[in-house]
Amino acid sequence: MTDDKKDKEFGFATRAIHAGSRPEPLTGARNTPIYQTTSYVFEDTDHAADLFNLSRFGFIYSRLTNPTVSVLEERCAALENGRAAVAAASGHAAQFLTFFTLLEPGDEFLASRNLYGGSMTQFGLSFKRLGWTCHFVDPTDPENFRKALTPKCKGIFIETLANPGGIVLDVEKIAAVARDAQIPLIVDNTMASPYLHNPIEWGADIVIHSTTKFLSGHGTSMGGVVIESGKFDWFKAGKFPTMTQPDPAYHGLTFYETFGDFGFTTKARAVALRDFGPSMAPMNAFLTITGIETLPLRMERHVANAQAVAKFLAGHPKVEWVSYAGLPSSPYHDLAKKYLPKGPGSVFTFGVKGGFDVGRRMVEGMELFSHLANIGDTRSLILHPASTTHRQLSEEQRVASGAGPDVIRLSIGLESIEDILEDLDRGLSRATK
Amino acid sequence: MAELSYTDAYIADILGSVATIAMVGASPDWVRPSYFAMKYLQSKGFRVIPVNPRAAGTQILGETTYADLAAVPHQFQMVDIFRNSEAAGPIVDEAIALAQDKGIDVIWMQLGVRNDEAAARAEKAGLKVVMNRCPKIEYGRLFGELSWSGVNTKIISAKRQRLRR
Repeated sequence: MTDDKKDKEFGFATRAIHAGSRPEPLTGARNTPIYQTTSYVFEDTDHAADLFNLSRFGFIYSRLTNPTVSVLEERCAALENGRAAVAAASGHAAQFLTFFTLLEPGDEFLASRNLYGGSMTQFGLSFKRLGWTCHFVDPTDPENFRKALTPKCKGIFIETLANPGGIVLDVEKIAAVARDAQIPLIVDNTMASPYLHNPIEWGADIVIHSTTKFLSGHGTSMGGVVIESGKFDWFKAGKFPTMTQPDPAYHGLTFYETFGDFGFTTKARAVALRDFGPSMAPMNAFLTITGIETLPLRMERHVANAQAVAKFLAGHPKVEWVSYAGLPSSPYHDLAKKYLPKGPGSVFTFGVKGGFDVGRRMVEGMELFSHLANIGDTRSLILHPASTTHRQLSEEQRVASGAGPDVIRLSIGLESIEDILEDLDRGLSRATK
Repeated sequence: MAELSYTDAYIADILGSVATIAMVGASPDWVRPSYFAMKYLQSKGFRVIPVNPRAAGTQILGETTYADLAAVPHQFQMVDIFRNSEAAGPIVDEAIALAQDKGIDVIWMQLGVRNDEAAARAEKAGLKVVMNRCPKIEYGRLFGELSWSGVNTKIISAKRQRLRR
């Protein structure tokens, strides 16, 4: 019935450079051109109608699709071994597109309480105003998700490698809970990048990235992406009318029936992106594509430097604790070895002796580390989450999510390791003087 | 059920050799997937003959609709089945019976349609079979258009792509 031969599967580094990007057919330009363009000429009115009806593939308007952005989309889908992807203006926009495509007003979902603080605010407060309720769950025991499920729950959202750092979740077991409930597992894989971890391999149905971080990698470009595995059976689950019923927002089209295993991202694009408009800029897509080409090389150095820094801090007399899953002393070390065998990222937290004030002085006293709210840059970054990224949370939420008052978050960059260690040592000395 | 796997070469060979397709279950409703696929395949140069007993005698996208495969007064190399998996069985048997007379080489079952027993009968009769795929999507995937929708085509090449209509 099927041919015995299989098509060649290309390696990760090859996909990072080539996926989605063939030489441009008209000119032969080898690198992906920056299509700094808004709109695309129709062949005739029938062609225009077909494009608007989604019955033909093609470009209409860059709010929906852009030839540079679509290269990035295919590349991200290829790196995560997914079926298809849709890009957005930011990681937060990607999350919005995902939940708008999944949920009806009154629906609910579960999320790990160990998330980027901005996601907790988006889910817990802003989504609530749209009629979507998020229940936060202690993710360290996967069974907690099963216990927290309600009949209205339409998804489970986690970060396998959790921000601000050090925690690794048992994604395979959480995926089993989602599968039993016939709801999708959504994984924000920003902290690990697809080089270190592929959630779809472990049962995730949807993967989200803030491409602003390691994928772009150089602190140049905002962006987000939603990737679908193509394996979730929306019909069988029977609880996703937005996927399986004729959609009044698209002239009665049934997205899953028409687009099959890329129906979710098609709907996210054709309805959510169309109607809310958080599309990625072509220039940002170009810079992110360029960044991804070196992702494997950068991630290897990121984790090597992070491991050295964690070891250094763990042995430093002015450091109270270090939360990095690459350290054998970490309670998450075994999970990290299973899910992140090439290394558990380069973002993690530690506590200085002396607490809040010493931590704040340290952040302010660094020379090489940049004090800012980002991660996944070539530059080493330092932050006090309690006063910044996790500031909108309650004290209780902050402690629960690993962003208590004494916590300092590092994103280790690609500088010479001796310089990174020297700056940390000097910062610690100055802070405790 | 084991996942179906077809090589790109196998699919490309089918799409490159077929000129006329009988589409069983073609709908006159412009919002149905079969209408999308028919219109797209027409735009790529395929002739598509609609087969649908409920629409027999009417025109869909400029083509006369026939009640069944036997009624189609043309040669066609491929039967594209837009019916449920169970209904696909008798259609495949009809196609096998007509294969010599009509010049049928390929049985194609649409996305979500899979009938392994029928596929085995067709292959025994010397026909090529594709199941649970859409020729529109596969054509777009192999010739670059699906990339525009952010789909992972798995096609990697440093060769300049030939422009196609």
